[in-house]
Amino acid sequence: MKTLVWVEHDNASLKDATLATVTAAARLGEVHLLVAGSGCRAVAEAAAQIAGVGKVHLADNAAYEHGLAENVAPLIADLMADHDAFVAPATTTGKNVAPRVAALLDVMQVSDILSVEGEKTFTRPIYAGNAIATVESTDAKLVITVRGTAFEKAAATGGSAAIEDVAGPGDAGLSSFVGAELAKSERPELTSAKIVVSGGRALKDAATFEEYIMPLADKLGAGVGASRAAVDAGYVPNDYQVGQTGKIVAPEVYIAVGISGAIQHLAGMKDSKTIIAINKDEDAPIFQVADIGLVADLFNAVPELTGKL
Amino acid sequence: MKIIVPVKRVIDYNVKPRVKSDGTGVDLANVKMSMNPFDEIAVEEAIRLKEAGKAEEIIAVSVGPAKAQETLRTALAMGADRAILVETDAEVEPLAVAKILKAIVAEENPGLVILGKQAIDDDSNQTGQMLAALLGRPQGTFASKVEIDGDSVAVTREVDGGLETVRLAMPAIVTTDLRLNEPRYASLPNIMKAKKKPLDSKTPADFGVDIAPRLKTLKVSEPPVRQAGIKVPDVDALVAKLKEMGVA
Ligand SMILES: Cc1cc2nc3c(=O)[nH]c(=O)nc-3n(C[C@H](O)[C@H](O)[C@H](O)COP(=O)(O)OP(=O)(O)OC[C@H]3O[C@@H](n4cnc5c(N)ncnc54)[C@H](O)[C@@H]3O)c2cc1C
Ligand SMILES: Nc1ncnc2c1ncn2[C@@H]1O[C@H](COP(=O)(O)O)[C@@H](O)[C@H]1O
Repeated sequence: MKTLVWVEHDNASLKDATLATVTAAARLGEVHLLVAGSGCRAVAEAAAQIAGVGKVHLADNAAYEHGLAENVAPLIADLMADHDAFVAPATTTGKNVAPRVAALLDVMQVSDILSVEGEKTFTRPIYAGNAIATVESTDAKLVITVRGTAFEKAAATGGSAAIEDVAGPGDAGLSSFVGAELAKSERPELTSAKIVVSGGRALKDAATFEEYIMPLADKLGAGVGASRAAVDAGYVPNDYQVGQTGKIVAPEVYIAVGISGAIQHLAGMKDSKTIIAINKDEDAPIFQVADIGLVADLFNAVPELTGKL
Repeated sequence: MKIIVPVKRVIDYNVKPRVKSDGTGVDLANVKMSMNPFDEIAVEEAIRLKEAGKAEEIIAVSVGPAKAQETLRTALAMGADRAILVETDAEVEPLAVAKILKAIVAEENPGLVILGKQAIDDDSNQTGQMLAALLGRPQGTFASKVEIDGDSVAVTREVDGGLETVRLAMPAIVTTDLRLNEPRYASLPNIMKAKKKPLDSKTPADFGVDIAPRLKTLKVSEPPVRQAGIKVPDVDALVAKLKEMGVA
């Protein structure tokens, strides 16, 4: 089987999410990559070094700069004439583009796979990860998105694939990019951090979240996450949300502070290696999944913990 | 302008789903069902656009069993004007739902279709994008802000790195994220009024759509269960544990 993997990037550098996706694709067969963007040859060069990659298709065109689905989906659909599976990370980019490709190919997408069980058989979470479905595709071609935490990352170096330029249909004239407000942070990225400290509704407001969560995270060199309640209330931006409909994380250590443990939150972090919970309610559901629980008022416990580390 | 809002009847988000012991699926017998939360947000957004004078008519559509009527009545009670039930007892996959919606769009010519970003049962996150592809129209997925300006719509999207805004030529497809709005509750008088609003019944065959599944579910199983661990008495004990783990 020949796979085409969507390379996630910002036109300058390759994003980590690509590497786990390559691992999943390699279980299916030969791995080709697609770098679609503008002025993104450096990304293609980096992508060509990923271990196990057979070829890199480079579509360098102003129309692909922001990954608009209207423009990139037809490009991918064209390339799929020569490939058997389109494989994208289950990031917001992958989730935006892949179903559009699937419909153009008249294929039912397999979303957010956890494992490859056979040529066309995969496991995937449903009902916020409260059930795992094993599904087999009956379509001629596959369109798949991959849960990054479920696969090892492919080695970023060691390969030497050829780069082939592809033209693609260009601007579909349906949409344009207006602007972005991207969070800049010195902290480790949430989905790849080894340690994550997350705060919930109990943190009261943005200033309190900053005052209690950030010093602890900094002491541990941790990424920072949040529950939906904390994001909705404006303590932190949307890209901090961990859960069924936010980011999926599986760090070595996940520390949940003032988070009750709703199933939608657990869906995003219950595959963490060690879960630590600090909550003043000893019956909070988070304690049912926590390896280490501390029943305490966070406003005392967190500063004390930060101080003693 | 018309707005179409597809709404799905799903397990209520407060219920913890249980896998059936025979591994064929999740037990939905006697379980509370509700409108998919993202679809409530979609209905609310459509109503706000109508209240702002940007839309004239809101049509709620559901593909599902006869009971999905309840979901449509909820949409009507919130403020949708009429509803279409595409009745089937089969489980319909996103691709087939998108094909049915495409046929309804061809009849109704809406300026916007606003869907949820994801159904909380199948967690597919596909239908809106597929509908946009089938119609050859633009898509504004995971929306946290929707602003119509003449014949285009600016959609602010929740993306992994933060927020991104795109401008789409209308007609366009939008899918909702959590922070787009807070859906209203239907008032009792509006629930009563909703009973008289028109609700059309159709079948997938009326639209000539083949709903045969493309994915075979071989098995549904419980995820690995996490055992609850220990409780530590104080911060010192927690620090000791972290040291043991090599974290501190
Ligand atoms: C469609 C849908 C999708 C959703 N997606 C997500 C998602 O992706 N991610 C997500 O997180 N949620 C999601 N939710 C929301 C989820 O259902 C919960 O509402 C949310 O996770 C609750 O956040 P919380 O735990 O911070 O708040 P609460 O449930 O209010 O919990 C606050 C906790 O803080 C504790 N506390 C209070 N004061 C203190 C103190 N001083 N010291 C210590 N502890 C204290 C309390 O005991 C309580 O346990 C979703 C909901 C829906 C309907
Ligand atoms: N059976 C259905 N009936 C009506 N709308 C649906 C149906 N299935 C999916 N949708 C719509 O598509 C969105 C995304 O669903 P999904 O792609 O299944 O995650 C939902 O939030 C609904 O707006």
